[in-house]
Amino acid sequence: MTVYMDNAATTRVSDTAVRAMLPCFQNLYGNPSSLHTIGQEAAKALLSARETVAACLGCSFKEITFTSGGSEADNQAIISAARIGARKGKKHILSTAFEHHAVLHTLRRLEKEGFEIQLLDVGSMGTVTAEQVAKAIRPDTALVTIMYANNEIGSVMPIAEIGAVCREKGVLFHTDAVQAAGHLHINVREQNIDMLSLSGHKFHGPKGVGVLYTRQGIPLTNIIEGGAQERGKRAGTENIPGIVGMAAALREACDRIDETTEKVTALRDKLIAGLSQIPHSVLNGDPVHRLPGNVNLCFEGIEGESLLLLLDQKGICASSGSACTSGSLDPSHVLLAIGRPHEVAHGSLRLSLCEDNSPEEVEYVLREVPRIVEYLRAMSPVWKDLMNGKRKFML
Amino acid sequence: MALYTDTVMDHFLHPRNVGEIENADGVGEVGNAKCGDIMKMYLQITDGRIEDVKFETFGCGSAIASSSMATTMIKGKTVAQALAVTNKQVVEALGGLPAHKLHCSVLAEESIKAAVKDYYDRNGIAYDHSLFPDCDSCEGCHMV
Repeated sequence: MTVYMDNAATTRVSDTAVRAMLPCFQNLYGNPSSLHTIGQEAAKALLSARETVAACLGCSFKEITFTSGGSEADNQAIISAARIGARKGKKHILSTAFEHHAVLHTLRRLEKEGFEIQLLDVGSMGTVTAEQVAKAIRPDTALVTIMYANNEIGSVMPIAEIGAVCREKGVLFHTDAVQAAGHLHINVREQNIDMLSLSGHKFHGPKGVGVLYTRQGIPLTNIIEGGAQERGKRAGTENIPGIVGMAAALREACDRIDETTEKVTALRDKLIAGLSQIPHSVLNGDPVHRLPGNVNLCFEGIEGESLLLLLDQKGICASSGSACTSGSLDPSHVLLAIGRPHEVAHGSLRLSLCEDNSPEEVEYVLREVPRIVEYLRAMSPVWKDLMNGKRKFML
Repeated sequence: MALYTDTVMDHFLHPRNVGEIENADGVGEVGNAKCGDIMKMYLQITDGRIEDVKFETFGCGSAIASSSMATTMIKGKTVAQALAVTNKQVVEALGGLPAHKLHCSVLAEESIKAAVKDYYDRNGIAYDHSLFPDCDSCEGCHMV
């Protein structure tokens, strides 16, 4: 039995997306920049995909730039806003401590160039408020960049309220919506979003393709120089199969969003309720303002990577914020940002669901996880010290 | 999982010598929970020979596999032979570890040394202190 519950990492490409992509390889194989018929057919498919994505976001197709994925879109949005700000002498950027590294590392680069980066506190629930943003905005603020929903702990930010504050103060607002697109209702006009990044493979589209929405009139800075593709703002022959597949997947996800949310939320809440029964565990992230598919808990006294390896032996695909899964000595910056101590953050488990998961799979996971946690605790000197009082429980 | 060799996975899934020895002759604990790895090694020593060894580990797959492998390398050996076990030998016996996991093998070596040091201290056996680095100097936490 294979139970795939790592949909925040990536998703299985849907039949709809595959069907849409297949003709792009051998029939619509032309280069959209070519004048001949085969090229122009590809250009038509590209325009149609652009219109589809724009409709899903509530904007004009002229405001859509296709990129290689969410990371590139984040990079380009932030660099562009920084250049616009710098031209007006504005070098203050507002963000949060638990953004994706595509945002945080881009900000770090700008910091080295002389920008002042202010990261807002996300509290123990992992959320920021519009009031926090309003208070922190200064006359020299060039950009507010705050993620729509957190990839690890699933907290959903009050994006429309933050957008309203930014618009009122005349500050550019970018949101990394990689985890939100296709899962939550988005309308960039109503939510006052100036720039938004998304990635095709998080909603059953293909990998290697993403979108940067930029409100008309905001000049983009190129990250990739070359040909005149994407209105001259992103060079390179367009990834037609990827773009077409992503558009089809986004259309389908948005059409089914309410029905999917209802189904996935029920599974999520069952998992959260069941796993919370494990002694000395805690839910990470906001229990209410939460992505429909996100489950994230810490279990005290164990380490996440060994938990993942044992779950994998049972066919359960999950993820963790432990240091050993991050390739560094520090556990997830997200868990540290919401105040989890290192010791506890190492023992985290993220299960991210999609509409393909079943109640039977949830039952199976609820049987296996407590057994594995118990097994690992039995060989853990930390757990033993907790139990005999030599070490104090944190959870 | 391709991250680890078959030997690492075997020792992780079927760890040898897990548990505690009551009234052990030497106990060593290295690492810290903040870094995400703690290894505890228990030795039962008779006439300078390690009659029995057990371990408890809080850590990732390679930490558990490294401690398990280390116990098999010193069980039945003399204390001097146990002290000669290096992290490199543990890695070789495991068929290799990913670069960012090498510190786990260092902890395994250090846990043996810490347990022997405890045995020496308890029995008033003289030893060269410079051969037994304390936890702060252990490079395990500084290798990544």
